[in-house]
Amino acid sequence: MAYWFKNESKLPQTRLAIVSYAIVGITALLLLGFWKLQVIDSEHYAQLADRNRIRAIPLIAPRGKMLDREGRVLVDNYPSFSVLLLRDDPQAVDRALPQLADGLSMTVEDLQQQLEAAKTLPKFQPIVIKPEATQADIAFIESHRADLPLLEMLMVHRRRYLPDGFLAHVSGYVGEVSALQVDASSGHLRPGDIAGKTGLEKQYNELLMGTDGLRRVLVNSVGKEVGRLEQKEAIPGKPIQLSIDYDLQVVAEQALAGRKGSVVALDPRTGEVLAMSSRPAPDPNQFAIRVSREEWKRLNEDPDRPLLNRTIQAQLAPGSVFKIVMATAMLESKAIPENFSVFCSGATDFYGRQFHCWDKRGHGTVSLHQAVVHSCDVFFYNVGKRLGIDRIAYYAVKLGLGRKTGIDLPSEESGLMPSEEWKERVFHQKWFPGETISVAIGQGAVVTTPLQLARTIGGIAMGGVFKQPHLLANMKPVPEERFAISDDTTEKVTQAMWGVVNENGTAAAVKLEGVELCGKTGSAQVIGSEGRKRAGGGKSEYKDNAWFVGYAPRRNPEIVVAVLVQGGEHGASAAAPLARDVIKAYYDKKSRRTQQQYTVEYKHYDMNPQAQVVMAQPAGRPQGADETKAAH
Amino acid sequence: MKEKPKTKDYDWWLLAIVFAICGAGLMEIYSATHSGHLAGMHVRQMWWILLGVVCMLVVSRLDYHAILDQAPILYLAGVTALVAVLVVGHTRFGAKRWLPILGAFLQVSELVKLIIIIVLARFFSEVRTDRLSLGELIKAGILTAVPLGLILLQPDLGTAMVLVPLAVVGAFLAGIQWKHAVVVIALAAMMLPVGWHFLKPYQRERVTTFLRPEEDPKGSGYQILQSKIAVGAGGFWGKGLGRGSQNQGGFVPVRYSDFILAALAEEMGFAGVLVMLLLYMALLLRLVQNAQRANDRAGMFLVMGVVAVVGFHVLVNVAMVIGYMPVTGIPLPLMSYGGSATLFVFLALGLVMNVRIRRFVN
Repeated sequence: MAYWFKNESKLPQTRLAIVSYAIVGITALLLLGFWKLQVIDSEHYAQLADRNRIRAIPLIAPRGKMLDREGRVLVDNYPSFSVLLLRDDPQAVDRALPQLADGLSMTVEDLQQQLEAAKTLPKFQPIVIKPEATQADIAFIESHRADLPLLEMLMVHRRRYLPDGFLAHVSGYVGEVSALQVDASSGHLRPGDIAGKTGLEKQYNELLMGTDGLRRVLVNSVGKEVGRLEQKEAIPGKPIQLSIDYDLQVVAEQALAGRKGSVVALDPRTGEVLAMSSRPAPDPNQFAIRVSREEWKRLNEDPDRPLLNRTIQAQLAPGSVFKIVMATAMLESKAIPENFSVFCSGATDFYGRQFHCWDKRGHGTVSLHQAVVHSCDVFFYNVGKRLGIDRIAYYAVKLGLGRKTGIDLPSEESGLMPSEEWKERVFHQKWFPGETISVAIGQGAVVTTPLQLARTIGGIAMGGVFKQPHLLANMKPVPEERFAISDDTTEKVTQAMWGVVNENGTAAAVKLEGVELCGKTGSAQVIGSEGRKRAGGGKSEYKDNAWFVGYAPRRNPEIVVAVLVQGGEHGASAAAPLARDVIKAYYDKKSRRTQQQYTVEYKHYDMNPQAQVVMAQPAGRPQGADETKAAH
Repeated sequence: MKEKPKTKDYDWWLLAIVFAICGAGLMEIYSATHSGHLAGMHVRQMWWILLGVVCMLVVSRLDYHAILDQAPILYLAGVTALVAVLVVGHTRFGAKRWLPILGAFLQVSELVKLIIIIVLARFFSEVRTDRLSLGELIKAGILTAVPLGLILLQPDLGTAMVLVPLAVVGAFLAGIQWKHAVVVIALAAMMLPVGWHFLKPYQRERVTTFLRPEEDPKGSGYQILQSKIAVGAGGFWGKGLGRGSQNQGGFVPVRYSDFILAALAEEMGFAGVLVMLLLYMALLLRLVQNAQRANDRAGMFLVMGVVAVVGFHVLVNVAMVIGYMPVTGIPLPLMSYGGSATLFVFLALGLVMNVRIRRFVN
């Protein structure tokens, strides 16, 4: 059969050859593509494949507890559930937003904001959308496991603090880390992590925090769990033991209730802080979950400044407490004879200006001892004038004022001890001699924190040994400063402070039976007397601040307590009783403990007779038998 | 004058390559589906292959000249079927592509590809010179454009595109003139924006995704990304059959069909891919060799038509798997699961055998 379209002439073979070359060339190109993916970039894609199939759910490490010096719990944790949102599938998340918001009683805007904030995180990493799940939330998640596979519950540990702001400024509080903290942590912190924000929570965050673990599960393309991988257990944070004594802290907190001020108790022999309270105080339990913007604003704008830890951050004129520094400077510098005395008529003139004594009737002729006991201003005006500001500043700084104490708390303030050099540097002005007169009684530019005063007075009574205040128990070695104060000076100054309480001095009302309670009162003006008149008098924010720094016993004290009551007016009546209460509690407890120790030691002796037998046995008995017994 | 075609004249090398590819395909279909609700797919695919081999033998026995003789009637039948699909066709996956025939749904466009191979072979073999005139070029263009337009209406962009290289390769072999080629390319470039206007939203999305896949890794870029992850994660030696997490976990889209090479790449590695691509290259080169040895121009154009269609399928599918081309829904010949596609390839191979066993016939 022949076909009319049959065409037996061949086409040029080159055209077919070109097609062959094209086939070989294209094959080679495609192979290069595979080579790039499978050999050059293989690791990258292997990681992506793992991300696909491995879902990581964090196991949150519990934070370490805070214990008092006797092991009583001050801060601990309680279990709680957070709601996690799995974001592997952004489209599914977008679709489910209204349902999620409805089921978890949240707003869609809130959820969108949170998703926006987490945009830079890897998609396989779930985010916490609700830190504290309610029973209703848990029920919602459980009942929608099948149709809403985007939610997961995460067991977390919430911080629990003692109620009513007890120890709040010391413990501080925790919160979600800020972007700044994440950047500064060099990979240690991730967004959403809980870390200390203030106080000890911040100071010892590394210790307390622990390391989160990871539960890794294999999932298929629809998110169904198909297997498990090895689990990385969480490493709990370490507990820290504080030098705080719960019993004394209770007294301190109660003493300050309803007032504005600070109470701090130190053991000057070790630098241990036994109690530290600052009021008003926030309730850190409110920050343990996310703190609302309104609440935060309210706390920050509160004129009583509850977020201020007054013990280390209130920088106020120390008033007459400063006279102890003056007395020490006077005796140590030897610029003024020991028997120096002044006639106080209730006021005196310097540089054409009249300076009043607090007691307008005058103190008559006063020596140093009497001037401290009765807090005579006129005496110290004269001492100040003779010493001059630079000498005063030298001793004040050596005794610990105008610089940080170095306590293990963040954001401590340094206070200020003025000098000629300081005024020149800051104000570019010469120091006026009249300013020295004010500084001499703890007014004018000199400001201190309650903790500084406790350390300074305690250190003077120790004869010039200043232990660094600290909150962590068993800190060794404790950094210390020594500033040699002659025994004679120490004796005279401590005698004077003993007199303040026990010789009908300014704090005679707080005398304690059986305790060598010593101290110094202070009432510091917050505003000049003319300014007070202008402001209309009696308002509480212009009332004098009441100070008292007390300690016991007179030499080598065991406890020193600094008290500040803002607007308390008189150190003797407003501040001294608080210090007395704390010191009394300390001695009450001490006597109780001494009795208890006797009983415990006696019992211990009694209950272990075998040890006695082993120790008392005569030499020459078979060794093997001994060792078995000794092993008990 | 005429000798009877002999069985020993079949291209046994070609068949060996074909069965090697089919075997690898069956293996990977099994691996990809054995554990899920799709289990048993490889058995069905085996039946399709057997049916394909029978069809191939049948087609090879009819003299291709007799088939080419019927080209006008086949062409009319094909166009009619395409219109019928649009009118009464069965809609699956949002497109009208299937006609109920023999109790199964046949994708008519697969059959049409075959018909266009035949029709163009017949058309180009009638060109008596080595240079294609403008009139002939336009006629070839129209012959291709009519079914192409009908397939686009289904809509099935992938299959429609396959007709283009068929016409291009035919025109090239028939001796297209440079000036005509330039004009055709220029016209095509001008048509692109117009064509964009006619694309369905999902098709536009596929193209934009292809151009910028990182913008939407979970949306339409998902398939390409997951395919690339599977390929890359396979490494040089692969994770082993049945051990690819992308494949077994279902992350690779339609891993038993369009993306079967991604599944194989993950489990058999670059080594496996190298073997497969060399097999495809050998298949195509063997086909070209058969074209060179064809007895006449009609046979040669017939075989080269098969080369154009099969080669284009392989190129577009493989390039898609590694993200070099957008997702078009074109399966990998002989490996991907699918009845119509498998039957088409074997029917096309039947035509090649047909030409081969008649190469000495005069």
